[in-house]
Amino acid sequence: MIYDFFYNLTGSQILAYVIGSLLPLFIFILPFALVAVLLERKVSAHMQDRLGPMRVGFHGILQTVADILKLIQKEDIVASPNDKPLFNLAPVLVFAGSYTAFAAIPFTSAFIGSNIDLGIIFIIAITGLVVAGILMAGWASNNKYTLLGAMRSAAQIISYEIPTILVVLTLIMITGTASLNKLSEMQSGHFWNWMILGGPGLSLTKFLFIPFMIIGFVIIYISTLAEVNRTPFDIPEAESELVSGYHTEYSGMKFAMFFLAEYANMFAVSAIVVALFFGGYQSPVGYLGNTFHLPWLIPIEQFFWFTFKGVFFVVVQMWLRWTLPRLRVDQLMAVCWKYLIPIAFVNLLIVGLITVL
Amino acid sequence: MSQYFKNIWSAISTVSIGMKVTFKHLFVPAVTIQYPDVKLELPERERNRLYMNMDDCIGCDQCARACPVNCIEIETVKSLPDEDLGKTSNGKRKALWVTKFNIDIAKCCYCQLCVFPCPTECIYMTDVYEFSEFKRDNLIYDYATLSPEERVQKKVNYEKFEAEKAAQKAAAAAAAAAKKAEEDKAKAENKEVKPENKEIKPETKATDTESKETKTDDKTTSSGNNETKPENKEDKTE
Repeated sequence: MIYDFFYNLTGSQILAYVIGSLLPLFIFILPFALVAVLLERKVSAHMQDRLGPMRVGFHGILQTVADILKLIQKEDIVASPNDKPLFNLAPVLVFAGSYTAFAAIPFTSAFIGSNIDLGIIFIIAITGLVVAGILMAGWASNNKYTLLGAMRSAAQIISYEIPTILVVLTLIMITGTASLNKLSEMQSGHFWNWMILGGPGLSLTKFLFIPFMIIGFVIIYISTLAEVNRTPFDIPEAESELVSGYHTEYSGMKFAMFFLAEYANMFAVSAIVVALFFGGYQSPVGYLGNTFHLPWLIPIEQFFWFTFKGVFFVVVQMWLRWTLPRLRVDQLMAVCWKYLIPIAFVNLLIVGLITVL
Repeated sequence: MSQYFKNIWSAISTVSIGMKVTFKHLFVPAVTIQYPDVKLELPERERNRLYMNMDDCIGCDQCARACPVNCIEIETVKSLPDEDLGKTSNGKRKALWVTKFNIDIAKCCYCQLCVFPCPTECIYMTDVYEFSEFKRDNLIYDYATLSPEERVQKKVNYEKFEAEKAAQKAAAAAAAAAKKAEEDKAKAENKEVKPENKEIKPETKATDTESKETKTDDKTTSSGNNETKPENKEDKTE
């Protein structure tokens, strides 16, 4: 584990913890946000037969760097009717909430921020903090658009947590563990051991699970999409109705923190889907490190595969965003309560019956 | 119940159709034209910035009169008889110094109405459309080729010439008046002899004086021409 490595290196437990906890931020989330923002703009542009950013660097690859430099220079505006303590606390809380989720995500077999047994439950619980931050931002901005956006966001995130948890419960029932690290380890080997294809082993139940796993995957993908407020579930930030939702009043680096949190969240939910259904950090075709007897190569390969799968689902999110129109509030609630929750329940019951058999 | 599953099916199928469409468009070449680097070819008869070819301008003021927004301002001064302004490319003789030719391009409405009346086709629309300025004054284009001193000089020259001409005229008029007076005297003497021709004579006299005036004018212009020609010859020889 990476913690032991840093402990041996520095000889101090505190330093090892600090370095270990800052690692995902600096080697993953910030570079990911840089790439993802550009990717989003490029993907959206090419889907609409445009070119997207082209002028900063080759084909605009330095566009996000330029944007961040601009955001740093911007004035940090706090309007006089704002509730200052809450207004300043909200972006920190939102970012902290989405960053804490990374603690329980296993990037490789060698690195996991906190190897807790209730990893997936911890992630779902800590995501609730984001709701508090969003509500805080919406209320403290003292603006009707931000408040409406925050209320919608809270309603949406809370209702979509139910199908997410039901699907997670299904998986916990099959595997008997809530630790994402153990879940990933279980799906080692090749891609036919992944949960989307019924999990490890070669028994009758594995094949019985497959259709229900696919249904479960679709449900959790849709509901996590709604949890990170992305189109078609972007009613909290609906640009055409609410300016830009709960972060309308924010500028400069505070706005950048919301932005960073959004992209961190996008990857976090993709990572959850990957860890639950697509083998986590496991390679689909075996490791080069095993064939060449280079044990140090394996974690790097695992990191590559995890990032690859995660980014793939992030790209699918973008693809959906630039395909579908925004749902109405009633449609949003209908999708959740009339379709996703009953189906997830039936799925849970059937999978439960199969496991009993 | 069947409606419920139909809804699910239609949701999944329509989403997948939409995703297929967007995925296809991911590989369609972009229609963007990267403007400052790449420019669209303009149509053949596009109307953009006016251009004025001062070499061919005869200062006829027709473009200024055709302009519906009065964005062209022209002032001209007649050339002196001893000045040769050359000819335009289609063979018209220039007779006027153009001391002011301003086009306020900020006012211009790109109607092209000034282009058609021009007898020498020296004002026309070009394909230049990037001419924004930070100061509005810079949008008043001065096409007159004369330097500011020359402009003043031409005006002064012409005024001098006019004054001389007026003096000549006055002298000629005085001479004519003196002649007339003499004739009148002679008439008064002849009056007693031939009273029948009384009504006809004044008319002929009037025509005579007119023809005299025109003759003097012709003399001055022709003499001017005669004077300029040798000068030109000298220039050539030099």
